[in-house]
Amino acid sequence: MAKKPISFVLNGQDTSVFVEQGGNLLDELRRTVGDLSPKFGCGQGTCGACTVLINGEPQLSCLVLAERVEGQRIDTNGGLAEGPDLHPLQKAFVEGFAAQCGFCSSGMLMAAKALLDRNASPSRDEIAEAISGNLCRCTGYEPIIDAIVVAAENMRRRTT
Amino acid sequence: MTVHKGRGFACINYPIGMNLGGDPSQALVHSNPDGKFTVTLSSIDLGQGMKSVTRQIASETLGVPVEDVYVDTADSDTGPHCMGSFASRGTHRVGNAVIRAANEARQQMLAAAADELEVNASDLDTDGRGNIFVKGAPSRSITVSETAIAAQFKQGKTLAGRGIFLVPKSDVDDMTGEMSTVTTFAHAALIVDLEVDDETGVVEVNEINSAYEVGRALNPRLVEQQLIGGAWMGVSHALYETTEPYYPSRDHAPLDFNSYLMPGPGEVVPHNIAILERPAEDAPYGGKGPGEMCANPVLPAIANAVYNAVGVRCDSLPITPEKVLRGIRANGGAQPKGTPG
Repeated sequence: MAKKPISFVLNGQDTSVFVEQGGNLLDELRRTVGDLSPKFGCGQGTCGACTVLINGEPQLSCLVLAERVEGQRIDTNGGLAEGPDLHPLQKAFVEGFAAQCGFCSSGMLMAAKALLDRNASPSRDEIAEAISGNLCRCTGYEPIIDAIVVAAENMRRRTT
Repeated sequence: MTVHKGRGFACINYPIGMNLGGDPSQALVHSNPDGKFTVTLSSIDLGQGMKSVTRQIASETLGVPVEDVYVDTADSDTGPHCMGSFASRGTHRVGNAVIRAANEARQQMLAAAADELEVNASDLDTDGRGNIFVKGAPSRSITVSETAIAAQFKQGKTLAGRGIFLVPKSDVDDMTGEMSTVTTFAHAALIVDLEVDDETGVVEVNEINSAYEVGRALNPRLVEQQLIGGAWMGVSHALYETTEPYYPSRDHAPLDFNSYLMPGPGEVVPHNIAILERPAEDAPYGGKGPGEMCANPVLPAIANAVYNAVGVRCDSLPITPEKVLRGIRANGGAQPKGTPG
């Protein structure tokens, strides 16, 4: 089957690639574009490790047809840091020991970013709901929730 | 419908490592020309903090800043042999190997520095900030970096060390069946408070209080992280997870993460931990491994708490609402076993 040319904005950069027709976005991001930050966990939309933002909304990239993102804005964990400066969420995850094996972190961070982008002061319940589609086997979730609370505080301080 | 409160207790003596074939691990330490050290291992860091802890141990033994130590691990093609990351053995077994390797490298480093300072190596010490000085005369000193450069480019010496930790093999006694399988134990005690709904059979864990004796907590944040995460896994095993809910039948078996149940971020259990430090004699700087025992005692404590709450003794895991309800029905109703505590 012929490959299809598509263009989208990945982490603020215009990106054009040839994708497999019927291929999923996760595969294309990892194999074709070379952005390895979204992770392949289950491949069936139940673990959240592949979470990316499409036009600011958290989506499971393993379930999204790559062709569908023509002209859309995609953000991944690979684009969160600004040069050497980690994003406040990444910084809070590191300093709050919110990762052990780290495999879920990428998806957790993107789910958290989508939340903080629309709600700068989320409650712990709102945070738990926002990351409820993301599985973590190591941390017991509490350090992750704590880290998101800290990041939200730091981001509010930065903007006031 | 009544919600019954229950409290359960469990404790554990957990063996660190095992003794099949002596349970060996090896480490290699060498200095780069700039005076920074590389620790080469094959031990796996799967999130428990092996790289952080072995880095601290090497830094402490060498007497150099932790920033100047790099741990290169998990390539079994090129690294020295390690039995693996299991049996809560990493900190203890690999840490001991790292101490031996780092000690040998430190002796070579001090010998090279002694040549440069024209003193006896036994008169030298490190300040942990990258300097080697003459004891009692700290103004006579040389940096670790200058020492490494002199060793490499002038003296023609390497600053390197090899280390292995091997437990004496213990065979089974023919007469008694006795064997000494481990060299040290870690300990913990844990109390679970929960509620059982006698109409739905649902168990909700409200709080965990635990005390863990881990030798010395070489990296207290990593220890705490492991204990919190491990307790979550214990709750999950006790109440949710199974691949065969009606074992040995495969009926209703989960096929994916949608039907394989685990507690989510909405079911976080508050967990208060007390870390008790009793440095173990044969452990690296006294540190044993929290490892597997961070999950283990949670399961019996929950089973005991369910019994305390409604009088149902579940003898298989997980303790599902169905098992709790069948137990309550068999007993002719909930039979609380007394006020918790």
